[in-house]
Amino acid sequence: MRGSLIILSFFAAGVLLGLFQFIPDLLIHNDFSHWALYLLMFLVGIGIGADPNSLKALSQFNFRILMVPLVTVVGTTLGVSGVYLLLSDINFYDMLAVGYGFGYYSLSSIFITELRGEELGVVALLANVMREVITLLAAPIFAVLFGKIAPIASGGATSMDTTLPIISKASGKEYAMVSLFHGIVLTILVPFLVTLVLGGF
Amino acid sequence: MVTVIIIMCLGIVLGYLIRNRKLWVRLADKLTMWAIYLLLFLLGIAIGTNEVIVKNLPTLGLKALLISMGGVLGSVLVAWLAYRLWFAPKKNDHEG
Repeated sequence: MRGSLIILSFFAAGVLLGLFQFIPDLLIHNDFSHWALYLLMFLVGIGIGADPNSLKALSQFNFRILMVPLVTVVGTTLGVSGVYLLLSDINFYDMLAVGYGFGYYSLSSIFITELRGEELGVVALLANVMREVITLLAAPIFAVLFGKIAPIASGGATSMDTTLPIISKASGKEYAMVSLFHGIVLTILVPFLVTLVLGGF
Repeated sequence: MVTVIIIMCLGIVLGYLIRNRKLWVRLADKLTMWAIYLLLFLLGIAIGTNEVIVKNLPTLGLKALLISMGGVLGSVLVAWLAYRLWFAPKKNDHEG
């Protein structure tokens, strides 16, 4: 919990600095997050490689590993349908397209802006940033309440990169490979499913 | 995305090579948390400096929050079912 609060305070500090423009142009106009992500992936790799259990994970999980991305697609579809029953002023397929971003906010918001305009694009950006933030904050709680697959399903496409470290802490390093596999499959599915539900094919 | 996966694979190889050097492994763990802090800080800056998001935040934000919460809640509930069916260690395995 203390770790999540530290993460949140770093995020909040970034938002405030961005809002009040208290940052040098260098930080805005350079894509540092790209390099930070590369560094993070390298460090996560070291963590996995140094743990003798995690490399055995793939062979131990065999066919079950394939079920995990399916769990997330079915769960997201059911969950967004439930929200639609409460909020009937939005088109169902528009909402589903936002849900099918699976936390991959950069790509899904661009796709949805192209297919449905800027307003839904912004909703997609916000909803998918929130999915990532919710996962970063709640992964340890989800692992305790709903089992070790839950933080992975919550992370969606981000389970291969940005939420992988917190998932591997919450579920154990033996689930890092499942998380990576799950994230890769969903990342590939995002453009396909978003285009499919918005009738872009 | 391919670059990210290649970088991670290089990390796995290096991690495997240094697996017996506990101090290095612990240092990598610490650095991992700091990399998360940096990424979230940068994500915050990206949101704070985007005028389109800031202007429409109240109305669009509520819709976005409900959709993301629905997606997460549905996912963790189906994940709970899947974990119980296929992943959770069977009690008998430990009693035998």
